[in-house]
Amino acid sequence: MRLSPDEIIFWQHGFIKLNATVVFTWGLMLVLTAGSIRITHKLSRDLNRSRWQNLLEIVVTGIEKQIEEVGLPQPRKYLGFLGTLFLFVASASLSTVIPGYEPPTGSLSTTAALALCVFVAVPLFGIEEQGVGSYFKSYMEPTFIMLPFNIISEISRTLALAVRLFGNMMSGTMIIGILLTITPFLFPIVMAMLGLLTGMVQAYIFSILAAVYIAAAARVKTPRPEPDSDG
Amino acid sequence: MLIDWFTVGAQALNFLILVWLLKRFLYKPILNAIDAREKRIATELADADAKKAEALQERNEFQHKNEEFDQQRKALFSKATDEAQAEREKLLDEARQAAAALLAKRQETLRNDEHNLWQEISRRTRQEVFAIARKTLTDLAGANLEERMVAVFVRRLSELAAAEKALLTTGLKASVSPVTVRTTFELSSTQSAAVEDAIRETLDLETPIRFETSPDLIAGIELTTNGHKLAWSIADYLVSLKHGVDGLLAERER
Repeated sequence: MRLSPDEIIFWQHGFIKLNATVVFTWGLMLVLTAGSIRITHKLSRDLNRSRWQNLLEIVVTGIEKQIEEVGLPQPRKYLGFLGTLFLFVASASLSTVIPGYEPPTGSLSTTAALALCVFVAVPLFGIEEQGVGSYFKSYMEPTFIMLPFNIISEISRTLALAVRLFGNMMSGTMIIGILLTITPFLFPIVMAMLGLLTGMVQAYIFSILAAVYIAAAARVKTPRPEPDSDG
Repeated sequence: MLIDWFTVGAQALNFLILVWLLKRFLYKPILNAIDAREKRIATELADADAKKAEALQERNEFQHKNEEFDQQRKALFSKATDEAQAEREKLLDEARQAAAALLAKRQETLRNDEHNLWQEISRRTRQEVFAIARKTLTDLAGANLEERMVAVFVRRLSELAAAEKALLTTGLKASVSPVTVRTTFELSSTQSAAVEDAIRETLDLETPIRFETSPDLIAGIELTTNGHKLAWSIADYLVSLKHGVDGLLAERER
């Protein structure tokens, strides 16, 4: 029983190996980048624009809006990281409709890598926003006794992030595999559709959680403005 | 082993590369395009706002000018109306005055004409009446009449009141010129003698007496010296009649 695309190895030289995860990731990277270049090659700055440009604008502004809603007042600063996270996970899930494709996010190595990136990015953004001293001081709040607990929470949530995405993506593949042996034909198709949906939901959850962590870290300790009474 | 650490590193690297690639080729151009478009729209909106404000200002200005013009026009119109009214009243007044003057003049003329006509008629009538009377009396006058006249004259002379007689006497005596007795016809010697006698007797007169004829008297006899006159003549009667008639007419005219 194959759990991860890591196990499909195309080429190996000692420690270095070229497995399906990396290859499919490259494929996704190629498609995303080529598509972006292709579409943004002739960008219109007028009121009239192509459908593809319109689609990309909707995607980009949608992500931007989501980041802003999470509580990051300058979404463009985080758009590169969080947007790519979302686009990568989403495209990895959506590509499962292609036969023979294995989603790289179905590999714990990929999700761990992504979670590690978030794990590193959160303090980086926090330090950038608050300054080094102020950021690390936040680990000792309300008292220094809380320091180990804060560190544990930081690590555990990174782990949870990785496992959550991996579990969901892998389970999709697994369920289809199991169902195919029990009830072939119709039911796996329904499950595949459900898998697409859960993939999108997972992409959303993953990037939103990352955004929330970054927002929590980057929040400058200033008194928050009172919410509008009519809000 | 679920986690292959080489793959983790490779995937992390892949992800970072993808972040850079998408930043370079997707987010930046798209955001730039959006920004440019928004800027352009903002510019256009601002431009439109400016134009709108300008238009509004121009409209206000125009409206203001229009109102001013209206007011000016109204003022001018009312001024012209007032002036025309005043002019009209002035002209009407003048016309009324002129008409009144003309009417008065005409009435005056009419009254004058009427007066003149009436005077002319009365004068003519009088003249005719007197001419007829004179003619008749002249026709009737003769020697016998003269005789009667002399008799009457003598009688009147004798019948004069004492005061009157004294007045006449002093007047006649004081005068240097001779006393003249005028008659219509030449008196016969007896008649003239009788007259002379009566005068001398009555008035106690020494001065010579001269006899003259004067057809104006129609029929009568008249004693004159400078400033004094004693006379009886039909002309006198006619004159007094004329005076009476004239007085009556004058009274009626008034």
